[in-house]
Amino acid sequence: MPLASYQTSVPVVVDDAKCIADKGCTVCVDVCPLDVLRISDMTNKAYMAYDECWYCMPCEADCPTGAVTVNIPYLLR
Amino acid sequence: MALDQIVDGLSEVSCDVLVIGGGTAGPMAALKAKLKNPKANVVLLEKANVKRSGAISMGMDGLNNAVIPGYATPEQYTKEITIANDGIVDQKAVYKYAQNCYKIIEELDSFGIRFLKNENGDYAVKKVHHIGTYVLPMPNGETVKKALYRQLRRARILISNRYMATRLLKSADGRIAGAVSVNTRTAEMLVIKAKAVILCMGAAGRLGLPTSGYMFGTYENAANSGDGYAMAYHAGAALANLECFQINPLIKDYNGPACAYVAGPFGAYTANNEGSRFIECDYWSGQMMLEFYNELLSGKGPVFLQLKHLHPDTISEIESTLHKVERPTRGLFQQGRGVDYRSESIEMHISEIGFCSGHSASGVFVDDNARTTVPGLYAAGDMASVPHNYMLGAFTNGSVAGIDAMEFADNHDFAEFDAADVAMERDRVMAPTRREDGIPPNQIEYKTRRLVNDYLQPPKVTRKYELGMRRLAEAREDMQVRMIARNAHELLRALEVQSIMDCADMAAHASLYREESRWGLYHWRTDFPEKDNENWFCHTLLSKRDGKMTSEKRAVEPYVVPIADDEKDLYDKQRIRASA
Repeated sequence: MPLASYQTSVPVVVDDAKCIADKGCTVCVDVCPLDVLRISDMTNKAYMAYDECWYCMPCEADCPTGAVTVNIPYLLR
Repeated sequence: MALDQIVDGLSEVSCDVLVIGGGTAGPMAALKAKLKNPKANVVLLEKANVKRSGAISMGMDGLNNAVIPGYATPEQYTKEITIANDGIVDQKAVYKYAQNCYKIIEELDSFGIRFLKNENGDYAVKKVHHIGTYVLPMPNGETVKKALYRQLRRARILISNRYMATRLLKSADGRIAGAVSVNTRTAEMLVIKAKAVILCMGAAGRLGLPTSGYMFGTYENAANSGDGYAMAYHAGAALANLECFQINPLIKDYNGPACAYVAGPFGAYTANNEGSRFIECDYWSGQMMLEFYNELLSGKGPVFLQLKHLHPDTISEIESTLHKVERPTRGLFQQGRGVDYRSESIEMHISEIGFCSGHSASGVFVDDNARTTVPGLYAAGDMASVPHNYMLGAFTNGSVAGIDAMEFADNHDFAEFDAADVAMERDRVMAPTRREDGIPPNQIEYKTRRLVNDYLQPPKVTRKYELGMRRLAEAREDMQVRMIARNAHELLRALEVQSIMDCADMAAHASLYREESRWGLYHWRTDFPEKDNENWFCHTLLSKRDGKMTSEKRAVEPYVVPIADDEKDLYDKQRIRASA
């Protein structure tokens, strides 16, 4: 059965200018309970790879540079 | 190599005590096991990262069930929990908790977790329950996980993050021998031999579908997909009273607590659209939830948590707790809606169903030593059957489990498991990765949980259950032969769906077995609308026998704390009377 990709606006937003993942930081990726954040191959910055968010906040709270913002997922906003 | 790419691999390690789940009960169990025998190896396995995993990922606003000398007695607490659970309680475990929890509070205090004290330096305990006073706020509750983590590092507990346990291993004579797990980012498999295993894997919180339709917008931490219940079931352990669902009153759409335990002691209360109270007590019981449900359907809804009558300073104090601890995005949510607690009440709704002994009475059956019915296997926290446990129960019973499990490990050698069991489990785990074409796990999960909502959530109707079970069997067939996982992360979700499916089947089976209504909304069967103490004043135990799901009755153990006849129905009278 063919698969289609399904577009969603993701709740976690990373400010590339502040993110230091390119310097080796993986804090937000490490702490996420749902394991939805990844470091991009292209930009070397963190981003939300999977829209499976509990809007719980460790990524934002633990980010050493304040680069991560958690928004309420659109469906329940 | 890119994260999530599937790697073929299988390795084996061993330890004395294996603790699965690093949320609340797990860290305490691991710590206590290690302190009991510092020479032993204790492994703490976690699907996410112990630093931020579980129900208390962002901390907790307070203790909901603190039995503190001078405010409450173990006898009084045991009585209250017995009555709140319609009498179906083995009191020994509840009483033991009530006796031990004060020591644990002092220990948490020594870890640097502060509890609210009054001007005399005494704990400032608040009343929320119907009878007694047990709620103790935690002013720095956001630091809980960090404080625990420091203790784990100090004690040199071996922590393995990002490993999801999938099945337990047993010896031919039925003793626990270890567990099979899979790395959630590489799909490499790891077999862990252990003399004793403690399951602390949290609630089954991804069972029902939130009304927002967002699959991860659950009340429980969405990582809690019921893996512990499924693993215990497949290992042949008994599970108690699964028909006693968890259903909670939550902020509508946000689907988190509002929270009556935080705001209630300051004077907030649950009200209908007329601004009137309709329940006697905001403590989360099945009887209270039934009145909540009735009010929503009566035309007097929506239901609100009312704060706006309070002094602005009081509201600010409540707000700072609600927006800082446990679910800090509550503030962001209310801001987005333009809701200010000073001028508007908080719209409430009813959560999806789940299993969680933290707020109900179901779970993997354990005795007062946290032992399951499988020798060497323990369970604690939200997935174990000690009722109305909350965070302090997870810590206290985790402690009990850790100590007893290490004693078991000290007195037993490794049990031998059959290598064929590992090979079979590897095939099961990896099956979705070996299909070229099929259905992704998110679709199977959505459908399963939508069926749970449509057919299994109360009121429970026999005919609906029968139809629901047929539909679930069809979804299971798809899951077993057509589900695909294209990377390690998707495999994690594919494995979680299998836990969710098992929990849905168990919820249905257990609910049909108990032919009466009990625990208010949690087990309201329209075909058997009355409580039937003559035939059903008992636990129900569900287990896997010869590959089939079976249920049986188990007598309630004789009470340690007697309950007078006129006290038994105190929680049945939740609706406020119209006249005196």
